[in-house]
Amino acid sequence: MKIDHAQPLEYSTDQNQLNILGFWIFLGAEIMLFATLFTAYFTLSHRTGSGPTPAEIFEITPVLIETFALLTSSFTIGLGIHAMRLGRKNAMVTFFGITLLLGLCFLGVEIFEFMTYYHEGATYQTSAFTAALMTTLGTHGAHVTLGLFWGTFIIIQVIKRGLTPQTANKAFIFSLYWHFLDVVWIFIFSFIYLKGMM
Amino acid sequence: MEFFQRFAIPHPSPAIYASMVAIALVSIGIVVGLTYFKKWGYLWREWLTTVDHKKIGIMYLLSALLMLFRGGADAIMMRAQLATPDAKLLDAQHYNEIFTTHGVVMILFMAMPFIFAFFNLIVPLQIGARDVAFPRLNALSFWLFFVGAMLFNISFVIGGSPDAGWTSYFPLAGNDFSTSVGTNYYMLAIQISGIGSLMTGINFCTTIIKMRAPGMTLMKMPMFTWSAFIANIIVVFAFPVLTVALIMGTADRLFGANFFTTSNGGMDMLWANFFWVWGHPEVYILILPAFGLYSEIISTFSGRNLFGYRAMVWSMILISLLSFLVWTHHFFTMGQGALTNSIFSITTMAIAVPTGVKIFNWLFTMWKGKIRFTTPMLYSIGFIPLFTIGGATGVMLGMSAADYQYHNTMFLVAHFHNTIIPGVVFAMLAGLTYYWPKFFGFMLNEKIGKLTFWLLTIGFVLAFFPMYLSGLDGQARRMYTYSEATGFGPLNMLSFVGAALMALAFLAIVYNIYYSYKNSPRNIGSDPWDARSLEWATHTPIPEYNFARLPQVSSSQAFWDAKKKGHELFKGEIKDIHMPNNSGVPFVMSCIFFVAGFSFVFALWVPAVIALIGVFVCMALRSFEQDHGYHIHAKEVKETEAKYGKVLNNEDRSRATSRV
Repeated sequence: MKIDHAQPLEYSTDQNQLNILGFWIFLGAEIMLFATLFTAYFTLSHRTGSGPTPAEIFEITPVLIETFALLTSSFTIGLGIHAMRLGRKNAMVTFFGITLLLGLCFLGVEIFEFMTYYHEGATYQTSAFTAALMTTLGTHGAHVTLGLFWGTFIIIQVIKRGLTPQTANKAFIFSLYWHFLDVVWIFIFSFIYLKGMM
Repeated sequence: MEFFQRFAIPHPSPAIYASMVAIALVSIGIVVGLTYFKKWGYLWREWLTTVDHKKIGIMYLLSALLMLFRGGADAIMMRAQLATPDAKLLDAQHYNEIFTTHGVVMILFMAMPFIFAFFNLIVPLQIGARDVAFPRLNALSFWLFFVGAMLFNISFVIGGSPDAGWTSYFPLAGNDFSTSVGTNYYMLAIQISGIGSLMTGINFCTTIIKMRAPGMTLMKMPMFTWSAFIANIIVVFAFPVLTVALIMGTADRLFGANFFTTSNGGMDMLWANFFWVWGHPEVYILILPAFGLYSEIISTFSGRNLFGYRAMVWSMILISLLSFLVWTHHFFTMGQGALTNSIFSITTMAIAVPTGVKIFNWLFTMWKGKIRFTTPMLYSIGFIPLFTIGGATGVMLGMSAADYQYHNTMFLVAHFHNTIIPGVVFAMLAGLTYYWPKFFGFMLNEKIGKLTFWLLTIGFVLAFFPMYLSGLDGQARRMYTYSEATGFGPLNMLSFVGAALMALAFLAIVYNIYYSYKNSPRNIGSDPWDARSLEWATHTPIPEYNFARLPQVSSSQAFWDAKKKGHELFKGEIKDIHMPNNSGVPFVMSCIFFVAGFSFVFALWVPAVIALIGVFVCMALRSFEQDHGYHIHAKEVKETEAKYGKVLNNEDRSRATSRV
């Protein structure tokens, strides 16, 4: 494997560059996935049947906590990648760890939120609105869950194998994924929650 | 007992029982055969775990041909049932299941793998690469497609086939009207193979962007690679829509959600919109690579560069953009208002413009050319008038006001078969004949090939042109029988005769493969058609590394210019070549996906959850695995090259020119 030392570690082999480009294209597909979910949500959000409307179930506090946790985690993973570029393995692992903890916090609040909806009588089966809401939030939440496992595996690999072109590449791609989830959340926060509460 | 009743077929018939026996016998035969000839190891090492794009392409090809016969059997049964008025061959339910599976199998499990086969076989060779960007992902794509197809195909012996049409419109596809598990199969089988398609899209976009040979700028890419590039971009943007639609459909059927119901706020038209936002671009995922193949073939057998290269590229880009803007023309009559209909009418008809540009470019390529009427060329020439007729009837359908007359009649059925068969199927058969010698080392027999072409073309015209008439006379599609008083009888009988001729043509292809395998000479050299692009600069059979040295390209007809103008394609030393290792993970992971899909179909939650965990375990194992592949050393490459009788720089060229 030829390593190009003029490049940052994560770009330093041909395969690494392919991986990063491939992942960007995958994110393009993910944008379509979430765009479709948003379309479904906006089409169905006022079709509540005999169930509750968005304004009746949305609460600002848990959503703000979720937003704060996730946006901060996007910042900390940025610091992690910065540390990786400087070759500081321990700092990087620490920042990645903080990122995942914030992600876990996000997920915990989201699960709590879903349970609240359930107790308020807004289940998956209640109406087209609740189904679309929970599918959209659930898809994002499932991505975060997958990210928690993925990130953990990367931390283990960095600790065991150090900063190599391979581990750096994986960590960088994971950071792209994590930032993407953050961007999707900003849309969810603005166009599902804020709009729904207005 | 109740548990087992869910696996029973709701409407069994002798034909299904016979199929069950046949499937069981064939499966036992395969297992016994593999054991007796001790081929399990060979199968595992050479095929199930392979990551070589050429072998994956061949597996796609074989699967596509297999599915062609499955879908074809459905077609023959439909035509036989409709051949005479008041026929009793099939009942209504069976007929519903057959037209549903015919549509799904032909589009998703025949046409898609067929074009993916050509992506795999041709694109890396045409751009002078040694493999695709992600060889393992490529294997995973194939196996996901394959298990998806298998999951779909077992529906008719376990639990019942889907019966709501290939479009699976809700509420018809909901639990109230489709009570068997058939539509569950539809949702999950397409989901699994769709994930595979999406990964193919990502893989080939990356390959084409990053792995082109030195000197091959975008505007020097061969036309098939261009078409593959655009088709794969469409895949990346269209398939996620299908993924979401299928998730919602599955949720409605299995978890009692209300996306597409007619109560609790559900909206059945949302399915129709999502389905066609994917479904219409899907048409162009199929047709653009077919256009690419025709461009290669017409240029080769006219002995001329493709006319209007840039216009060809831009027309494809324009078609790909327009393909996303026309989906509503699939439901003009479903009450969306005159303004919406008008807008989509115009965007629909606009597609005729870039397509017309392409047709004229092919004609101008042939003009003044020295045309050789080989089998692939016959398909390409036959395609032009037939496809143009299909396009013209498409414009007729695209006029939304007039569509109120044709909607859901046989006219529509005639139209889309008139585009898909000469457009896609002809292209695939032309490509099959054209590329066969490169991958199998012998030519298919030209006499049988030409006979096949004529059988297929005459059969096609007889089968589908009468439908235009019966459709205008009011014969609805998806109608399982009709009375004699309607007067549809003779036209449908004619269609049946045509369908039978087409079936003969497909049998002739099988016979041709068998006959040529037995009788064709093997010393055909590496460039038997005197072709123009880089795939023909490889040896036959192609070594696993494709090119000992990467080619240096300076035009879109690089190999032709090397032969005619003496450009040097291969410069420099032979170096060590890096290759990826085989892997069993894609195959195993796909089998687990199959288990997951099957469990979801029957709502068996425990195995479903276990299988899903299994999928994630595979992904985790892959993440931890350290596999840097291996190197084929320069010495070994030189030895292999020497076996072909040429090692040195200039010999490739002199060999090529001496054949002209």
